[in-house]
Amino acid sequence: MTSKNVHVKIDEMKTSSGLIKNLELSIGKVINENYAEPMGPTPMPSMTTLRDWDMKLLNKYKPFYMPDCDSCCLCTFGKCDLTAGKRGACGLDIATQSSRIVMLACAIGAACHTAHSRHLVHHLIEKYGRRYPLDIGGLNIKVEAPVSRLVTGIKPETLGDLEDILTYAEEQITQVLAVGHTGQEGSNLDFESKAFHIGMVDHVGMEVGDIAQISTLGYPKAEADTPLVKLGISSVDRTKPVIMCIGHNVVPSVGIIDYAKDTKVDEKIEVVGLCCTSHDMARYYNRARIVGPISWELRFIRAGLADVVVLDEQCIRTDIYEEAAKVNAPVIAASEKNCMGFKNRTDDPADEIVSDLVSGKVQGVLILDPEKVGEVAVRVAQLVAPTRKRKNVLPSIEEITQIAKTCTQCKQCQRNCPQDYAIPAAMKAAAAGDLSLLTDLYEYCIGCGRCEEACPQKIMIHSLIVKAGEKAMECEDNLCRVGRGAVSDVEIRNVGSPIVLVEIPGIVAIVGCSNYPKGGKDVYDIAREFALRRYIVVLSGCSAMSAGSYRNSEGKTLYEEFSGEFTAGGVLNVGSCVANSHIAGAAIKVANIFAKRNLRGNYEEIADYIHNRLGAVGLAWGAYSQKAAAIGAGFWRLGIPVLVGPHGSKYRRMLLGRKEDPQNWEVLDARTGDKVNVGPAPEHLFNTIETKEECMVAIAKLCIRPNDTWKGRSIKLSHYVDLSKRYLGVMPNDLHLYVRTMADVPMTMKDEFVKILEANNWKETVIPDPTMLPRMVRKMKE
Amino acid sequence: MSCEPWQCAEIATSKKANPIQKPEIAVAMIKKASRPILVVGSNVTERWMEGKQAIEYIIDLANASKVPVVATAHMVGEFIKRGYQPAAFMNAFEIGQRVADPAWQGLDGKGRPDLVIMVGMPYYMQALILAGLKHFAPDLRTMTLDNMFHAHASWSFPNASFEEWATNLKVMTSKFEGGQ
Ligand code: SF4
Ligand code: SF4
Ligand code: SF4
Repeated sequence: MTSKNVHVKIDEMKTSSGLIKNLELSIGKVINENYAEPMGPTPMPSMTTLRDWDMKLLNKYKPFYMPDCDSCCLCTFGKCDLTAGKRGACGLDIATQSSRIVMLACAIGAACHTAHSRHLVHHLIEKYGRRYPLDIGGLNIKVEAPVSRLVTGIKPETLGDLEDILTYAEEQITQVLAVGHTGQEGSNLDFESKAFHIGMVDHVGMEVGDIAQISTLGYPKAEADTPLVKLGISSVDRTKPVIMCIGHNVVPSVGIIDYAKDTKVDEKIEVVGLCCTSHDMARYYNRARIVGPISWELRFIRAGLADVVVLDEQCIRTDIYEEAAKVNAPVIAASEKNCMGFKNRTDDPADEIVSDLVSGKVQGVLILDPEKVGEVAVRVAQLVAPTRKRKNVLPSIEEITQIAKTCTQCKQCQRNCPQDYAIPAAMKAAAAGDLSLLTDLYEYCIGCGRCEEACPQKIMIHSLIVKAGEKAMECEDNLCRVGRGAVSDVEIRNVGSPIVLVEIPGIVAIVGCSNYPKGGKDVYDIAREFALRRYIVVLSGCSAMSAGSYRNSEGKTLYEEFSGEFTAGGVLNVGSCVANSHIAGAAIKVANIFAKRNLRGNYEEIADYIHNRLGAVGLAWGAYSQKAAAIGAGFWRLGIPVLVGPHGSKYRRMLLGRKEDPQNWEVLDARTGDKVNVGPAPEHLFNTIETKEECMVAIAKLCIRPNDTWKGRSIKLSHYVDLSKRYLGVMPNDLHLYVRTMADVPMTMKDEFVKILEANNWKETVIPDPTMLPRMVRKMKE
Repeated sequence: MSCEPWQCAEIATSKKANPIQKPEIAVAMIKKASRPILVVGSNVTERWMEGKQAIEYIIDLANASKVPVVATAHMVGEFIKRGYQPAAFMNAFEIGQRVADPAWQGLDGKGRPDLVIMVGMPYYMQALILAGLKHFAPDLRTMTLDNMFHAHASWSFPNASFEEWATNLKVMTSKFEGGQ
């Protein structure tokens, strides 16, 4: 797209009502078209444009609310007790309040990604200019911004074009936030629809940010075989000064890496990252180290491994300053969103800031110029490391026993641990000299520190756990594949037919944070199981790190065992949080490139296609954030089912289908307009899964789609049955709902199926050309 | 025995469960119910009491009381392995949503349960499902058999040690005809 502002300047004009002098007007943008694709019906949708589509989904997948709190305290009319049907002073009931919280969480998430992207785009335009061309995959990518094109109708070509897309996203975020005010929306379903809306916008916001950084910072561009980068605490060379960057916005890390390279000290220091910043550092710099997921902040700092801590934005422990102070590591806050109470030193000379931090005169500074962050961090790390001498606050092994003896077994730690871990039992054993239970906790602990906050004996429980797990920590030397960014058009063309029609049973996107119920191994196990079964496994964020943190019996990490190609049995890392947009983008591109559906401003038709045809499932096993809620909501609106691990139940609303209700599962046959019952495919739009074993089966089932060919369906059913037998120990109890004709039945399981079908009075049905949109009937070509 | 929520931050309840001070009370409620069900979650294979897993106690209780069991997560296989056939197996939220629906006709299609007993899911997850039922199915009675106080239930055992928990479950089992 090329666009120009329409700018009218009138020095003097006589009109019927008088004289106008010095009037200047800017009236938006005129889009100068060279984008051949016709505009669909819904470019730049407002909050209500796609409401009918949302209601179709919400009618099929009804919200099941589980209020985390009986009351509402959002305004001074309250607190209002909303228990069991009571209404608040504003008239709100608990279903509506619960949906309001869901919507607000999604809006916070969307705001977070979009603000991150706005910052990136601002910064990169300043550096490279508005006309800098976008390039996220060279000739391999013609559909460079599938989500933005689908939603806004804009085909961005330059960095400047991204600003128009962001302006749209920001307006929607403001509108949706306004709906959260007291006395606005009165229907839970409308709140839900707005949550879907802002989820959709979230993917736009994420896409813009990732496109901008891929185009400018030399990241891999939709390549399958990106390099493998070191992952884990022991991959860090501790003989060198260590700069640790935490967060999501790569800009300050780029400042650090550039300064280190320019001053030729890049081989003399270690630049390591935690959480998504580290993915983007690794996309930028081949010597960057990915330490691990967000939950490892405390263990890394307390173990004394960081000489300087640099904070950018999102998912940063807000007490990091105090933690770093205990080990004499200076802190640099580098984002306006996260000033940590530090004095703003952006305009001070670097020499002064360095000297203040090294002498300990100040423990932390705010620097909002990324280049200055780079200089200060690199110089301070080199000066501080020799005196810090890896100062840490972990007890010695002998001390653990002594400390554990002070435990009174009051159980406050366990009762405050979000995971309900049996810490008192581990303390009892440790007091008797047996550290094995504490060591076990090292693998599972999410590093939140709540146990310590609760302990009346002031035992530093997390530090004890980290020390007990030190041996395991020393072995954390694994590999992560560098985030590849988008899926190329060629890959989509190659797999479009196998995914929609036959051999590839599904796409499993394992995304998000590390609030796992039992450590990261579950993520590895799930990813490996489905890769071995030749599903396409797509990873991002902390999940991509956890998946790389374990090895198979031959000593290979997941990324060595499987290729990074978007194909059957591929295991891809798309990259950081904002790279999640490429997963939605890949689904959209299947509809566009393979099925030749128009993309531009054509949301409903594409979502209808994806929902009914593309066997894709999202899994956020350790989801905790509002961003994860927004990402999920973006998938919901596309009709892609999302599963979360047990902690995800605290999002307090599931979207569940009822498989036994036939009216739930009727779609239109686009060929005839007939209503056809296609069974519960997919059964849910959003659900919480309790255990890894259950998750394996749920994923396989949720990949089933109405238009599966008989061959495709029989492959999907054989995985479903096989996983169910293996992990649940039984045959599934709903197979009769998924068999349309006998050809759907896996050959090797025929006898078992026949018995089940007979017992359930099964009747044959047709395989339709499925759609939920009446306007699609008869329009489609055969 | 304390009647504060087991997980300390789970305090936001205005309507709080009645504590079950004696196992006999729980037995009386179950006997009074005409269509009880027992929903059993994944922790019952992870908690051990007196050298036995919690699932063993639950099987004894289910056999004695004849209350139909719904196994969540992957518990169905664990029950079958131990020679007990649950009446149904499904995801925890799927059963939660169904019992919240006044039109649901129960596992056997003959009517909605009037008492939903829960045990063994992750504490916070079970708390949320109970909250959903408290708000959206206020007519339904809910009870928990864990050794952790669940404020969102209608009736809950107080926080207790594993030993007390084992005793409670054993006493309950013995008070049903099938357990004598
Ligand atoms: S927003 Fe409504 S329900 Fe909430 S506190 Fe205010 S009046 Fe009460
Ligand atoms: S730091 Fe670990 S053990 Fe402590 S409360 Fe958090 S998860 Fe539980
Ligand atoms: S809170 Fe502290 S004293 Fe109490 S059981 Fe836990 S470790 Fe022991």
